Amino acid sequence: MRYVVCIKQVPETTDVKINPETNTLMRDGVAAIINPFDMYAIEEALRLKAKTGGTVTVLSMGPPQADAALREAISMGADDGILLSDRAFAGSDTWATSYTLAMAIRKIGNFDVILCGKQASDGDTAQVGPGIAVHLDLPQITYVRKIESIDEKTIVAERLMENGYEVIQSPLPCVLTVVKEINEPRLPSLKGKLAAKKAVITTWKAADLQCDPKFTGLEGSPTKVVKIFTPPARQGGEMLKGEPSEVVPQLIAKLKDAILGAAN
Amino acid sequence: MSDPIKINEKCVFCGACVKACPFGAITQAERKTVPVIDLMKCTLCGACVASCKFEAIWMKEKSAAKIDLSSFKDVWVFAEQHDGVIQSITFELLGEGRKLADSLGMKLCAVLLGSHVQERTAELIARGADKVYLVDRPALEHFQDESYANVLIDLVKRHKPNVFLCGASTIGRSLVSRVAVRVNAGLTADCTGLAIDPKTLNLLQTRPAFGGNIMATIETPNARPQMATVRHKVMKEAEINPARKGEVSMETIAEVLLQSKAHRLKFVPEVETTMNIAEANIIVSGGRGLQTPENFALLRELADVIGAGVGASRAAVDSNWIPYSHQVGQTGKTVCPKIYIAVGISGQIQHLAGMQSSDIIVAINKDADAPIFKVATYGIVGDLFEILPLLTQQFRKVLGK
Repeated sequence: MRYVVCIKQVPETTDVKINPETNTLMRDGVAAIINPFDMYAIEEALRLKAKTGGTVTVLSMGPPQADAALREAISMGADDGILLSDRAFAGSDTWATSYTLAMAIRKIGNFDVILCGKQASDGDTAQVGPGIAVHLDLPQITYVRKIESIDEKTIVAERLMENGYEVIQSPLPCVLTVVKEINEPRLPSLKGKLAAKKAVITTWKAADLQCDPKFTGLEGSPTKVVKIFTPPARQGGEMLKGEPSEVVPQLIAKLKDAILGAAN
Repeated sequence: MSDPIKINEKCVFCGACVKACPFGAITQAERKTVPVIDLMKCTLCGACVASCKFEAIWMKEKSAAKIDLSSFKDVWVFAEQHDGVIQSITFELLGEGRKLADSLGMKLCAVLLGSHVQERTAELIARGADKVYLVDRPALEHFQDESYANVLIDLVKRHKPNVFLCGASTIGRSLVSRVAVRVNAGLTADCTGLAIDPKTLNLLQTRPAFGGNIMATIETPNARPQMATVRHKVMKEAEINPARKGEVSMETIAEVLLQSKAHRLKFVPEVETTMNIAEANIIVSGGRGLQTPENFALLRELADVIGAGVGASRAAVDSNWIPYSHQVGQTGKTVCPKIYIAVGISGQIQHLAGMQSSDIIVAINKDADAPIFKVATYGIVGDLFEILPLLTQQFRKVLGK
């Protein structure tokens, strides 16, 4: 079985600020990590591999520095890493990103399960996983919280919904996006760290993927960011002071109307 | 391939572009040198081009639209139904969609997929739909990613909507991501603001990114439909007017489009939940300060009395005090209820990312320096084990329960 995990390198914190003088994102000194949701996807692929045998390939589109994210995945136990890095990919939105990743997965070939985190912590769109599925004309199971069974032809997985979960059966190959509940990612082993150091990361450019330039980067991205800004800061609130017997009636007086209003 | 953006010899090294770049992609090693654009960070947003007074930055122009944008008409809303019940997010979309349709001078249409749902079309019309596209087939009884997407792709190709809105629910996000790719549309996730640009008539889609620390406005200048998922509880529900008239269009769909490789074996409703927190107008949320899983009972009691859903911080979920579906925050759910009551939650940035757009935030915590107080509308420093039961008891009296 061949497992392909798509990962993204993101800033370690979402606590980014806009410099009010220059109106630019202040990202200096913020470390880059693997998107937290992708860690669960890597872990799940490793667990599936332990069950069925096979290989785990990690795939990322990003700047040359994203090499570090792929090596970290290898240190956890992934077999190999592929980086998609090309100036032609600059300006990609989720349409172009899912196209580019899908072209790479096609080139990898022979895949059975493609795993992604449910969304990235910087963009929060949750659109790339399903996008890959459509570009490859594959079924998908999104928001997976548990894989109930897998064999060479079929997977049964639980999808987390707002009010419960669905049990979904899909033939392979198939695209999964996973939520945090699915597992607890392992820490890299010493052996893994050594392997990651020695690993040769394959880099593919647009030409290697036979991408149609109409569909990559800026040209392939229907959406355009026209403005970024800081949301208005919440005003520091009112502190209610006193013994519980004093503050509770105060709070109730403040909330009563809102609660009655919310009930309607 | 040549670079899509370049700084040419007209550059006077003023550094204006370095400051203008929202993504920190332009650096200038020292004064009197030409700045360098890091194309891996650059999103080709054009902010630097606008900032340069010397026309020294050249950016590749995106090809103009290859399709006739004017042939795309009307504002569509995907009507999400579970077991034949139209979900409230749909009414919020109709409320917002009405405004957009009016400013574009177009019709507001709802798209309803399901089995035996025809009588539900009246509800959609009463909430403002001028037209309902109905696909009523046994195969569409439950949501299935592939068949639902296939039907929508077919309808979009056939009727060419200008704007297509969908709720940012599990179903919505899984569904329209497929549709947008297939019809070559731009799709913006999780919008909290929508407006029509009066000059270009493009849809301006505003959404939070970086866990709500940054807002971005996005448009789709050269493709149609302009697709967006919209966050629950942000837009106001359309009011009901039973006297409204509207048209129902029964759509025929090729059988092959209703097939799905993946299919649902069963649905297991969560027993724990008193209320879906994504839907709740009030949420009472507990964190590490509750100390034991048993103490969540105190929280549930208050929630019952005031009609709230129960949320939790990551710490409480990771300690297995409450299932993951209740987790609010960056790796859990993003909620924006009218009232969010945080009990024993310190307010790490990851938690704030999931709840800071709530209308009213109440924080109860024993640590006066807890960051949660910085976003709280009302804060109480004190022992939650004293305050919580008292609050429940007095609310019960006040609300007459």
